[in-house]
Amino acid sequence: MTEWWTYRLGSFLMFSPRTYAGLVERYNAELWPLQPLLLVLCGLALARAWGARSESPGRWVWALLGAAWLWVGWAFHHQRFAAINWAAEYVAWACAVQGLALLWVGAVRGRLGFWGEVSAARSAGGLVVAFALFGQPLLGVALGRPWVQAESFGVMNDPTALATLGFLVLAQRPPWWLLPVPLLSCVLGGALASALHAPAAWLAPALAGAAVVCAGWRRRASPPLAGAGPA
Amino acid sequence: MRSHAPDRRSLLRQGLALAAMPWLPARAQSGRAGDAAPQARIVPRSGEALPLVGLGSWITFNVGNDAAARERCADVMQAFFAAGGRLVDSSPMYGSSQEVIGHGLRRSGALQRVFAADKVWVAPASRGPAQIEASRRLWGVPRFDLLQVHNLLAWREHLPALFEMKAAGGVRHVGITTSEGRRHGEFEQIMRSQPLDFVQLTYSLRDRRAEERLLPLARERGIAVIANRPFEQGDLLSALARHPLPPWAAELQCTSWAQLALKFVVSHPAVTCAIPATTRVDHVQENLAAARGPWPDAALRRRMVEHFDRL
Repeated sequence: MTEWWTYRLGSFLMFSPRTYAGLVERYNAELWPLQPLLLVLCGLALARAWGARSESPGRWVWALLGAAWLWVGWAFHHQRFAAINWAAEYVAWACAVQGLALLWVGAVRGRLGFWGEVSAARSAGGLVVAFALFGQPLLGVALGRPWVQAESFGVMNDPTALATLGFLVLAQRPPWWLLPVPLLSCVLGGALASALHAPAAWLAPALAGAAVVCAGWRRRASPPLAGAGPA
Repeated sequence: MRSHAPDRRSLLRQGLALAAMPWLPARAQSGRAGDAAPQARIVPRSGEALPLVGLGSWITFNVGNDAAARERCADVMQAFFAAGGRLVDSSPMYGSSQEVIGHGLRRSGALQRVFAADKVWVAPASRGPAQIEASRRLWGVPRFDLLQVHNLLAWREHLPALFEMKAAGGVRHVGITTSEGRRHGEFEQIMRSQPLDFVQLTYSLRDRRAEERLLPLARERGIAVIANRPFEQGDLLSALARHPLPPWAAELQCTSWAQLALKFVVSHPAVTCAIPATTRVDHVQENLAAARGPWPDAALRRRMVEHFDRL
């Protein structure tokens, strides 16, 4: 259709900022105190991934991330967000695919091992995870969002996607096909934040883009995992 | 909903009223007495009188499962009907709006009073009947008074199906919609070639593109017009808020920019009804008040435009 150029980002926003804020607030209240528990678990996962000095599959880390994607898809997008945004149903399916892929490749097959010397790319991966865990909720509060509307890992879309990208950077030779869903997820999240006139809406998509670049760098720099590829 | 066909006497009365006042609104048949009733215009193809101000639901009624917000929407609907309003407009594209409207109708006891206007928005068009039936259930009405093809999506397939549905008594009026000036060329062609009862388009004090061809064509073809986005989703009123009301607003008994902007829209002779959306009871009452009182003549309408363009 030739009229697509006439649409603004806000043209696609079908609910008010107040409605969205209320939805996040009620969702957070229903889940409390899951948020700090997930924060601690993901913090431990970051320590495990960052501190690996010998090859380690880190299966439980990927199990945590896979479960987080499945939960965000089901509990947030399908059960709640889809009530005011029909497109959320499609995102819920994408979350399910990403969650199952992480569970299969990382937790079941153990093909996303953590190991490596300290490098700029790995440091960037760690920083992206740290931002997803602590920076994003704190930044929102610092910019005027109430605590009860904070977006946290394993509960909301953007921090879960950003943390996943950070872990994929920390992993050795992450498959490229695990990157698009978290990246697109952050881009959509940024577009939503921008349409809602949220401050610093560009930050999550920018960090996601940087993480994908780092992951590509890591893929080229890392040797194949032992046992990977044809015999 | 009202009975399908207006009786001969009321048609004659409305016809005489229209003949005597070619473009001034007729008095609404709202069941309310005297000045409290909003004025109405006649739907040319059915002769039904519709109050000049209706109720939109884009964004405002999409509140999901928030029980408190649903009750606030029901309050708005109750105030709307109490003030003499009838036409409520929605779409399957509007998230939970249809369900919220259904709740508001039941709570207001307005299932008989409402002029239920909804849309079909699906492709392929073979899924249209199922979507319409799902929408009808959410509203809780026996049938829709008006079904419109949303944003011309698959209109070539949807329109014949809707006309067939109308012939079978499954819907009372058929129309098409667009917004923000999109696809006016194609819209005009459809208006010329199809026996439409209604069109819905954007018309406001700032966005007057419909005046060029579509509104005159609607008058010529006897098509009722629903004006959407009369406040441009609040942007227009935000832009006007920093300016004082012109002194001549008092002549029109307008006490706010919202009333002045709305009076401009509904005083166009081709416009049947405007559908501002709101989440506030005081706003819906203010909107309905704009459908009463004195009306700007052509000279005053020009003055309104000139004043706005200078701001």
